Amino acid sequence: MLANIKEFIDEWGIDVWQSVIETFQMVGISLTISISIGLPLGVLLVLTRPTKALENKYIYQILNTIINIIRSVPFIILLFFILPFTKLIVGTSIGVQGVIVPLVVYTAPYIARLMESALLEVNKGVIEAYEAMGIKTRHIVWSVLVREARPSIVLGLTIATIGLIGATAMAGLVGAGGLGDLAYRYGHLRYEVDVMYVTVFILIVLVQGLQSLGNALAARLKKD
Amino acid sequence: MITFENISKVYGTKKQPITALDDVSLTVKKGTIFGVIGYSGAGKSTLVRIANLLERPSDGKVFIDDVDLTTLSKTKLRQKRNNIGMIFQSFNLLQTGTVYENIALPLKLTGIPKKEIKERVKKYINVVGLEDKLHAYPSQLSGGQKQRVAIARALAHEPSVLLCDEATSALDPDTTDSILNLLEQINNDFGITILLITHEMHVVQKICHEVAVMEQGKVIEQGSILNIFTEPKTETTKRFVHSLFNEQVPESILKDLKLDGKVITMSYVGDASGDPALALVSKKFDVYPSILSGRITQLKGEPYGRLVVHLKGSDEEVELSINYLKEKGILVKGYNNEVDINAS
Repeated sequence: MLANIKEFIDEWGIDVWQSVIETFQMVGISLTISISIGLPLGVLLVLTRPTKALENKYIYQILNTIINIIRSVPFIILLFFILPFTKLIVGTSIGVQGVIVPLVVYTAPYIARLMESALLEVNKGVIEAYEAMGIKTRHIVWSVLVREARPSIVLGLTIATIGLIGATAMAGLVGAGGLGDLAYRYGHLRYEVDVMYVTVFILIVLVQGLQSLGNALAARLKKD
Repeated sequence: MITFENISKVYGTKKQPITALDDVSLTVKKGTIFGVIGYSGAGKSTLVRIANLLERPSDGKVFIDDVDLTTLSKTKLRQKRNNIGMIFQSFNLLQTGTVYENIALPLKLTGIPKKEIKERVKKYINVVGLEDKLHAYPSQLSGGQKQRVAIARALAHEPSVLLCDEATSALDPDTTDSILNLLEQINNDFGITILLITHEMHVVQKICHEVAVMEQGKVIEQGSILNIFTEPKTETTKRFVHSLFNEQVPESILKDLKLDGKVITMSYVGDASGDPALALVSKKFDVYPSILSGRITQLKGEPYGRLVVHLKGSDEEVELSINYLKEKGILVKGYNNEVDINAS
């Protein structure tokens, strides 16, 4: 048994490690960019809603439609569909660099939706209390809305991250590597089942770990 | 001082307008506690929310300390709101913040220096008596304690006016009393003008100097607390007063009693006491008074008593004794209809 493991590590260790790093890179970078786009977008969605502080039918409807359109397209199609756009932005459409753009385009609207629902959960009375105290809207957004929604935001981001890990599996199609790619190329195409099992195992551990971390963090932020 | 001038508020569409407030004018004098009472849907909640323009009136003006809020720019209104405290039925505290943070954060966001924030939190947490809960989260507090935190949060801005939107409606009777005592103390110590709305007569009776009764978007009766209690004019007001003095006498008993004599309601304020007067009546006239129900209560500090009494005797003797009671400064009315006994 131990010998088997040693043999596997000798043969595949470097490849697996490499794939883990690639997956982490893709998820890390595209998650960071997606949050910095998705969170403000989510806030905007909430604020421009009818009867909210910055009520604006047009902005709300346009945002809503764009997000719905992007979210209707499966990632594997989106990946190829926006190739020209990707090339325009980062100069290449292959490798880790080339996959970041479609991953962000895929994830940011999803995060915007998750943020929207997290922010809508915040007790309206608290926001009203702060309005009544004469607090500026931008302060209310940051110090009340986002602050109070933190537990739900963390849970939302956990979901988004896990979705993102799934999406990176398809990144191999444009030569970006990652765990999914490894499992597909070696495990499926070349019938190295061990590689597939190990990759799937790593993915399971990764997702489980992330969800537990997210849950624990949300519980700590929740205070009730 | 708070002044509402011809305030109207209409919701809904042009085709189906819903009038929440219909030409309401009220003045809350500086340093007083003013209660607005009404059943749900009477428009009182809309009224208090118009006092700081959380809702804009369709028509009319709102003055706080002689400044017309409806004419202020967004920025000016925001600054003015720093000076208007408000507390709510659901407390509206940050769930994710400690008691300290709940009081300090709004101060910080309005640009008050750090050192002063610390001093103010310390001062007002003492006022509401929660010094030992400074680092607790709202979920660890009882309803009454949460409302105390909300009060401290409002006071920390050192407002001239405090608006209370059903502030005690979610609390049990004992806690309600302790919060009312606190509000009264704040009114006394800091001279803050308080406008409170409620559907409980008990709240009004305990701390308000003046009362307005609202129904269907209108103020139907207004006056000093004594006035409203002793001389309620409208049906709604009478019902509110009755709600406090649960003096229902069963109809069947009443019917029997009315056969020989009269059932009256006596009310008296301050030193005039009903009991000795009744004793005297039975000595002076040929009547036998028996008390069916009675209660004495405090109306903003003054004792106020009400008795439902059956006077057994001939019509003539009963009439004489009623006149005698009136001479003694006691308000005598027929049971349950509140009309002056002589008119009936």
